[in-house]
Amino acid sequence: MMEPGETPQSLKSVKHVILVLSGKGGVGKSSVTTQLALSLLNKGFKVGVLDIDLTGPSMPRMFGLEDKKLYQSSHNGWIPAYYDNTKQLAVSSIGFLLNNRGNSVVWRGPKKTGMIRQFMRDMDWGDLDYLLIDTPPGTSDEHIAIAEELRYCKNVDGCVIVTTPQLVSVNDVKKEINFCGKVNFKILGILENMSGFICPYCSECTNIFGSGGGKRLAEEVDLPYLGNVPIDPQFTDLIERQTELTKEKGQNLMQMYQDCGLSAVFGGILKKVTSSSA
Amino acid sequence: MIAIEKANKLSAPEPEHCPGPESNSAGKADACQGCANKDICSSLPHGPDPDIPLINERLSTVKHKLLVLSGKGGVGKSTFTSMLSWALAADEELEIGAMDLDICGPSLPKMLGCEKESVHESNSGWSPVYVADNLGMMSIQFMLPDQDSAVIWRGQKKTGLIKQFLKDVDWGNLDYLIIDTPPGTTDEHLSVSTFLKDSGIDGALVVTTPQEVALLDVRKEVDFCRKAGIKVLGLVENMSGFVCPNCGGKSRIFKPTTGGGKKLAQDLGIKFFGSVPLDPRIGKSCDSGQSFLDLYPDSPASEAILDVVDSLRDEIEGAAE
Repeated sequence: MMEPGETPQSLKSVKHVILVLSGKGGVGKSSVTTQLALSLLNKGFKVGVLDIDLTGPSMPRMFGLEDKKLYQSSHNGWIPAYYDNTKQLAVSSIGFLLNNRGNSVVWRGPKKTGMIRQFMRDMDWGDLDYLLIDTPPGTSDEHIAIAEELRYCKNVDGCVIVTTPQLVSVNDVKKEINFCGKVNFKILGILENMSGFICPYCSECTNIFGSGGGKRLAEEVDLPYLGNVPIDPQFTDLIERQTELTKEKGQNLMQMYQDCGLSAVFGGILKKVTSSSA
Repeated sequence: MIAIEKANKLSAPEPEHCPGPESNSAGKADACQGCANKDICSSLPHGPDPDIPLINERLSTVKHKLLVLSGKGGVGKSTFTSMLSWALAADEELEIGAMDLDICGPSLPKMLGCEKESVHESNSGWSPVYVADNLGMMSIQFMLPDQDSAVIWRGQKKTGLIKQFLKDVDWGNLDYLIIDTPPGTTDEHLSVSTFLKDSGIDGALVVTTPQEVALLDVRKEVDFCRKAGIKVLGLVENMSGFVCPNCGGKSRIFKPTTGGGKKLAQDLGIKFFGSVPLDPRIGKSCDSGQSFLDLYPDSPASEAILDVVDSLRDEIEGAAE
């Protein structure tokens, strides 16, 4: 059993824990988590990714690991799914526990809380430089559970808040910021995703979901602004067709990501994240 | 702020395998042993929920009840609910109600341009906020002390509020009650399907975007509908394709690498209502709470949306006849 006031056993050899949060769904929490992970990996760090979106897990798909499973180790709990033999990238998600990818997980709160507790306490992450936690939208059971589990952790750096430029999204994100205040999560910064789309024909940038909402929000609540990430079909394409592309080019996801326009954008964002967490 | 009825009076959080305080095995299941609530649960009255007849009575004046669902967040459930409400309310003979079940991230009030309103209570229940003469709506946003307040609630409490929304809101005579839901397949979805089991849901409209990451979650939602016995009326693909306002070049922002919504609908044996293209003006009119359909009636997106609304009405009203 865990003593109050102590870091859970499974996280003791993890140096930094960063959460990715947003009040709104579909703003790109999972793709931000993925890209932060890829950027960290390309810098040579060992990275773990925990997906606590139980009813809509996307991490297995994002890293092309849909056919992997989690295994029970003989002494230390669950072993995460590794991207390859180097074990640089470890991923855990409820998606790995489902028999069929179309199966739904229809759970009420207490069961979700139990599952997250298990993910937090029973994973055998090994030594990690960073553990990124991807969350579902909202401020409900999953968020309360993770906040309870991380309450006494000394290695939590804080969270990255993701929004899109529209007011509708900014409004929900304000609620999430309020939540972070209540549970004492430090906010490392606000990131505006999907800000603008660059037309592949004429290079004209169209602000499909408006622009500047994230920056204005950061100023309003006096938090660091991490930058804006445009919509890049190249990245979506990379994720969706990664198995084909890997075969074609003989490169893994991290190598292919380096050629993606967004990797430079995320390089800058990562610098801000790590500097405000230091 | 209107006091929200306490969902139950448990003294500690429920254990992981809690059968639910309403269940027949409450207080007796394995998980109940050692739970601090055991005595409360085993002494509560069991059997059918006494509120269900009240919900049935309250909703007996509502002709059609429709859920807008999607496993994925941000695909446009609320946007579509608002469009559907505007489109149906354009017919002056219809009475429309829109209910927002997204407790932690309510966005419907903003899209319908009434986020600053509050709910009034009368003898006959909570009065919906009226956006137009024939369009009323209800959301938790109207009950918050401050616009940005976070609603940090566990499932049980959300269930309590949803029950009140169904039981205590004085909708009057309605032709359509459109229910907007949060992403996922959890408490809100289970609650609304359980509470409306007797009074009957006409069906669900499932919204998706073209890329596989979204389709993956939508498959789960359709699986949920099957399990819960909710009829899937059809699938709409939102944000499919984008026309550059500068050069008119078409791009696929969210690529349908696995065939998109159309293929998914075929695979799952459900109807495909059509695709709605991405138009930056949709987002803008939602932010300002205006009807996109009224502002830009000639845009391709408006036509696509109205087509979907037509097929949806055919599906619902055809089945009712």
